[in-house]
Amino acid sequence: MSTTIRIQSEDFDPQMEADALTRGRNDVGALATFTGFCRHEAGALSALELEHYPGMAEKELQRIADEARARWPVQGITVLHRYGKIAPGERIVFVAVSGAHRSEAFAACEFIMDFLKTSAPFWKREHKVDGSSGDWVEAKDADDKALERWT
Amino acid sequence: MKAVYFAWVRERVGKPDEEIAPPVSVITVGDLLDWLKGQGEEYAYAFENAKVIRVALDQMHVKHDTPIAGAREVAFFPPMTGG
Repeated sequence: MSTTIRIQSEDFDPQMEADALTRGRNDVGALATFTGFCRHEAGALSALELEHYPGMAEKELQRIADEARARWPVQGITVLHRYGKIAPGERIVFVAVSGAHRSEAFAACEFIMDFLKTSAPFWKREHKVDGSSGDWVEAKDADDKALERWT
Repeated sequence: MKAVYFAWVRERVGKPDEEIAPPVSVITVGDLLDWLKGQGEEYAYAFENAKVIRVALDQMHVKHDTPIAGAREVAFFPPMTGG
């Protein structure tokens, strides 16, 4: 089954994306999905601005999806990531993985998110409710540590 | 070769991309970072802590000891914070 990678500024519909992996099929036993949202950070944040490296971002997400396929016998993979200004409460990222069984669907979904966080070329900048902007979000050690369980 | 910059690296350098022509003595990505650092105060600022800078050659992540020979595009950026 196919891999779908999309990088877009507009919002997406998680239910529609999830349904696309199961519609008309009778061999799917499990569908794991993850949706990441913009938080308001205790009311201080007015928006996140997502910058990406066009071309490489798509390639890197494809490489991560290919690696997940090499590790688990999954069926469909969908990875969507938005760029541009995103307000608190809005969706940023979506990963869906279908498979015959839940274990590979759960594992591949988490694997893809862990590698997306640390190797897909996206960067977040904060815009504050007080009108100030310019602080780039710093990478977290916890995100690097999350990769260790996959080695 | 074409150099492209992202996030605060782009802001510090002051441009999103440019053509660069490093001398033949520049062999690796690390050499290229050292050379760029000497190209003006905006570059010195962008690459002052070179070890945190991530680099991609032709849109593939590489380590600082990777040779740059044959690459058409080199990208410099901070650790990624997507998702």
